Order: sequence, then structure tokens, then C-alpha cells
Amino acid sequence: MEILEAIIAVWAARWPILDGIGNTLLISGVAIALGTMLGLGVGLLLTYGNLGVRLFVRIYSDFLRGTPVFVLILACFYILSVIGIDLSAFEAGIFALTLFCSSHVGEIVRGALQAIPRGQTEAAKSIGLTFSQTFFSVLFPQALRQILPTWVNTATEIVKASTLLSIIGVVELLLSVQQVISRAYLSMELYFFAGFVYFLINFAIEKTGRYVERKVAIPS
Amino acid sequence: MDYNFNFAAVWRDFDLLMAGLGLGIFLAIISIAIGCVIGLLAAFGMLSKNRAIRVLSSAYVSAIRNTPILVLILFTFFALPQLGIRLGKIESFIATLSIYSGAYLTEVFRAGLIALPIGLREAGLTIGLTELRTKLFITIPVMFRNVLPSLSNNFISLFKDTSLAAAIAVPELTFYARKINVETFRVIETWIVVSLMYVAACYVIAAILRRVESRLAIPR
Repeated sequence: MEILEAIIAVWAARWPILDGIGNTLLISGVAIALGTMLGLGVGLLLTYGNLGVRLFVRIYSDFLRGTPVFVLILACFYILSVIGIDLSAFEAGIFALTLFCSSHVGEIVRGALQAIPRGQTEAAKSIGLTFSQTFFSVLFPQALRQILPTWVNTATEIVKASTLLSIIGVVELLLSVQQVISRAYLSMELYFFAGFVYFLINFAIEKTGRYVERKVAIPS
Repeated sequence: MDYNFNFAAVWRDFDLLMAGLGLGIFLAIISIAIGCVIGLLAAFGMLSKNRAIRVLSSAYVSAIRNTPILVLILFTFFALPQLGIRLGKIESFIATLSIYSGAYLTEVFRAGLIALPIGLREAGLTIGLTELRTKLFITIPVMFRNVLPSLSNNFISLFKDTSLAAAIAVPELTFYARKINVETFRVIETWIVVSLMYVAACYVIAAILRRVESRLAIPR
């Protein structure tokens, strides 16, 4: 183990590595934000859409969840350029992660909405609320409590999946560390370092999630 | 869009793709088997009276769960030889996937063990079984049958993770897909076929596992 040399190598490459961390956070952040918005739509359509819509969205969601993220990223990267949509590897990667995120968030939202007892909707109807009033002031707040913990899990999944963009040449954290490895030949120390940084990012997300979960829990 | 679809190039290598799919399933089965053993040990570790064992087990779980699997794969394959541990690419991938799935299964088994009624263990001890035999013949089998649904979900996501073996050139489905992609330039066809193969495989595996689950579920 040459820990000192590894520290020197990381320090010498601190700016590229910080850039990589920035890219990882940017990619994950954008993918999670867009994916969550899209996923809310997917979840709503899966729950309240008519049969045709439900079938269509179900195929979309099952297709995305049945395909490994890695295949999804490669497919988006290669296919989009062939059909004339000119995206950089960076954008294609974000696109793939967004699709991946949307299908997972969609399932979470659907599960949470369906878990709410029917009586809630019936009660809201009987006091004369419209559907949108029912949804926004009765159903959604209750669903949100169920959604949050699993949603945080999805967020860490996205951060982890963003490492796969290194394979299509996006310089995020993993690739920036690999570039240092190819100069310094300290694979063990530096892969360990990369893993540790990812651990810190995900650990922070998880802890924040737990905190939010406690905050929004119904006091018992 | 003027793109002429030509699936012939993909069909020509279809047996390669099928072989790749088979290898993926094989890798997932071996890994979940080893992962189950690791998961059981760590789950008992997390419930142990000994503080050091508890801390060690939960450190293992949270370290692995918060690190991207690609980093783990690269670490095992490229970094461990630095310590003199030299594994072939398939062995190295199986080792990584086993340790990875072990961490997720630990959580599954821990929850399963906690959910068991205390009477089971007491009954075992009362009829004169030792602590180990009570675990082996009573609590573990009952717990296993209870957690089967989460076990099969884990298996399916593990199967999808085998696509990452392509990163260290293990010849499974994604590896052949990339090969066909660069050799024939039938980009759209390749990725559509490969995604559909993954989706179909997931569907079939899920259907088989549902049957197994209902066969083995504890009648109530």
C-alpha cells in the first residue's frame, strides 16, 4: 500500500476530480429532478388513466424497469445519434437516467396512491370536493409520506447508476479517478478513494432522507 | 428519418446473444446462492449480542449498499491483484456480485428474522434442540419461506446487474450487444433486440419465481 503516494496523486489531480464530483452531482441532480417530474405523471396515469392509457404507460414502465440501466444508457447513447438527435454523451446519459428514474418513481407513486384506503376518496366526494381538490388536499399529502423514503432510495440508485456514464466517456467522478489511475498506477488506493467518495454522497442522501422521513411522519 | 431496418445482422449472431443471456442467468444464480450464505451470516451478525460483530455487520451492509457496483467490480478486478489476489474475470465478477447481493440480502433476512414469532425459537429449545439446530431446522426455513418475494425481487435486479460484467469483458449479453453494435452498425436493431431479450427474460424469471413462491408459501 502506498497511501502517501496515492494522497499526492489525488492532491495533484484535485481540480479534475472536483470537476468529476461536480459532474456526478449535476448529472444525478438533473436526472432525479426531471425523472421525478416525469415519474409523477407516470404514476398518476398508471393509477387514474383509462384502460388504453394505463396499458401504454404500463408497457413503458415495464420496458424501462426490465432493461438494465447499463443497456439503457448504451441504447440511448447509440440510438439517439443514429436517428439524428444530436446529443453529447453527457446529455444522452442524463436522458437515459431520467427515463430510468421516471419508471421507478412512477411505480412508487402508483403504489402509494393505491395504498390509500377507498374511504378517503369516498369521504372527500361526499363532502363535495372535486377530483383535483380531493387529489391535492386529501390523497397526495398522504401518499407523499409513503413516497419519500423509497424516493430517497431511488435517488441513491441514480447516483450509483451515474458511474455507468464513465463507460460512454462522460468525465464524472469515476472516470476522473480512472484518469488518475492511468497515470499513477495505484489502482487499489484510488478505486478505494472513488468508492469512499460515492459512499459519502449516498450516506449523506440517506441520512437526509431519514431526517425528512421523521419530519413528515404522522405523530403517533 | 430514413433508416432502413435490417434485423438480419442481429439474427445472424442470435445464438451468441442467447449464450450471453444464459451466462448472465448463470452468474446471477451462483451469486445469489453465495450471497444468501453471506447474507444469513451477516443478518445473524446484526442481531448478535456482541457489539463488535453488530458494528462489523452493519458496516459491511452500509458500505456495500452505498457504493456503486461498477466501482466494486473494477476494484475486485483491477485493484485486488495489487494485493496478490488474482482472479479470472468470471470468478472476479461472481465474487463481486456475491458480496454485493449479500449486503442487500442481509437486510432482507434481518427483517425476516425479526418478524418471526419468538415462540418458534422457544419451542425448538423446549424440545431439546441446541441453539444451532433450532436455527438450522426451525427459524431459518420458516424465515426463508416468508422472505421469498423479496428474495425473488433481489434475484431479478441481480440478473440485470450482470450486464455490468461487460465492463470487464465477461462475454454476456451486453458484451455481445456492444460487439455486434460496432461490427455491423445495426445500432437500433441491436439495442431493441437486446433490451427486449432482457425484458422477456425478466418476465419469464418473475413468472417462474411467482410459481415457486406460491408453491413454497406457508399456508395460512
